[in-house]
Amino acid sequence: MTKIISGSDLASSLEEKLPGCITESNEVDVWVSPESLLPVCEILKDPDGLDFSYLTSISAVDYIDSFELVYHILSMRNNYSGVIKCRCSSKGNIRGEPTVASVTGIWKGADLQEREIWDLMGIKFDGHPNLKRILLWEGFDGHPLRKDYLG
Amino acid sequence: MTGIRTEPITINLGPQHPSTHGVFRLRVTFDGEEIIDAEPVFGYLHRGTEKLAETRNYVQIVTLTDRMDYLASMSNNLAYVRTVEKLADIEVPERAQYIRVISAELQRIASHLMATGFLLNDLGALATPLVYCFRERERILDLFEMLCGARITLSYMRPGGVFQDAPEDFWPSLDSLIGDLPHYFDELESLITSNEIVLARTKNVGLLTDEQAIDNSMSGPNLRASGVKWDLRKADPYEIYDRVKFEVPIGAIGDTFDRYLVRILEMRESVKIIEQCLEQIESGPIRANTPFFIRPPAGEAYAAVEGPKGELGFYMVSDGGVAPYRCKVRAPSFINLTPLRDMLKGWKMGDLIIIFGSIDIVLGEVDR
Repeated sequence: MTKIISGSDLASSLEEKLPGCITESNEVDVWVSPESLLPVCEILKDPDGLDFSYLTSISAVDYIDSFELVYHILSMRNNYSGVIKCRCSSKGNIRGEPTVASVTGIWKGADLQEREIWDLMGIKFDGHPNLKRILLWEGFDGHPLRKDYLG
Repeated sequence: MTGIRTEPITINLGPQHPSTHGVFRLRVTFDGEEIIDAEPVFGYLHRGTEKLAETRNYVQIVTLTDRMDYLASMSNNLAYVRTVEKLADIEVPERAQYIRVISAELQRIASHLMATGFLLNDLGALATPLVYCFRERERILDLFEMLCGARITLSYMRPGGVFQDAPEDFWPSLDSLIGDLPHYFDELESLITSNEIVLARTKNVGLLTDEQAIDNSMSGPNLRASGVKWDLRKADPYEIYDRVKFEVPIGAIGDTFDRYLVRILEMRESVKIIEQCLEQIESGPIRANTPFFIRPPAGEAYAAVEGPKGELGFYMVSDGGVAPYRCKVRAPSFINLTPLRDMLKGWKMGDLIIIFGSIDIVLGEVDR
């Protein structure tokens, strides 16, 4: 069985390497501050450390007051999985276009998934090599998976 | 040839091209015969499944999942209902789990047959191997018709079990199919596996190393063809997969031939799984007692199954209502396209078609 690393375990091992990167954690989940997302992911992928070599999926959820990015990550060698979350909202305008760092430099598999999130949820990924709309066409107005989108 | 001015040329492959198996467009830039860049363009089949799911109740969404990977509806159903069961904490009766595993494995065989047949079609072996593959697939679809009345968009599974028990005449038909399938595979392999032209066209073509495959989040037969022994049925057994014995076939170097061979070997393993299920299955209830309007407690769940194309997962968030707050699909066909550009670079137009074909995508799932 794939072991699930609990949020508090992840939080303590991350906090040890990078103090102040965790905004909140409980038994199940761990929230990372948007500023430290990139260094945290580098720590997670480190083959000599936690060895999360495989990015399973990135999901985005619109919680109206903020957006949440959910990274499901997996270590194939040790057969355990973990979940990292990141709350983001744009400063000033709450429904604007929040920006977080792209993890494509760490896991290439994030490429199309981040483009999909930008397309449908309207979260910008800083440092993505080709951040264009992917399922809808360029020039489409709005981001349909947002809760305030009127189709 | 010095002194001749050359420049790269960009060609659109698709969206209406027979080898794209759907509506998929590839903007390919050539330098002479050689591919120097390729950009996939898709979304022509985008129906907004994830948004539609937010306005439907948990039973209704089953029909939406059919229409994602329409060559593997059973696996889509299974991935979805498992997520709902995890979210709402529903226990599934044992007989239902066996029936689900049997139908999911049949679906894997049907899907891999399509992949193999169309790969040969792309290679230029027009229609002959494809018809052989369709012959077996047809019998599997007949079995699905017995189960639920439908052949493609099945909607057979429900949160908590399956919608009805298999009819009496299903079991003898399944037995005879299981007896015939290994011979069918032998026949298919005698046509393809040692065929000189197939070997020349596929060996060492479109290499994807194990490191690249993991880095690009590849899953399913594509990942295993690159030599990574990772199968959710073994690594994180769901349903009753921990009670059956089977091997996880892996490829040697991750070329187009390995991706073909892994699918053939996987189909043989699926037959073994079904045989063991038939020995172990006992009578009993086939559906847990769940209300039509399932209201899972507020929370979230991620569950995945090893679908024919790869890891098919659902991430669902519930706010306690009758419809999910968010229903995100981790679509294997979509994510398997990530390394396409790297795989195509340096190859020629004819290789493009088979490298792309060997990844085995279904556009309904890519675009959702």
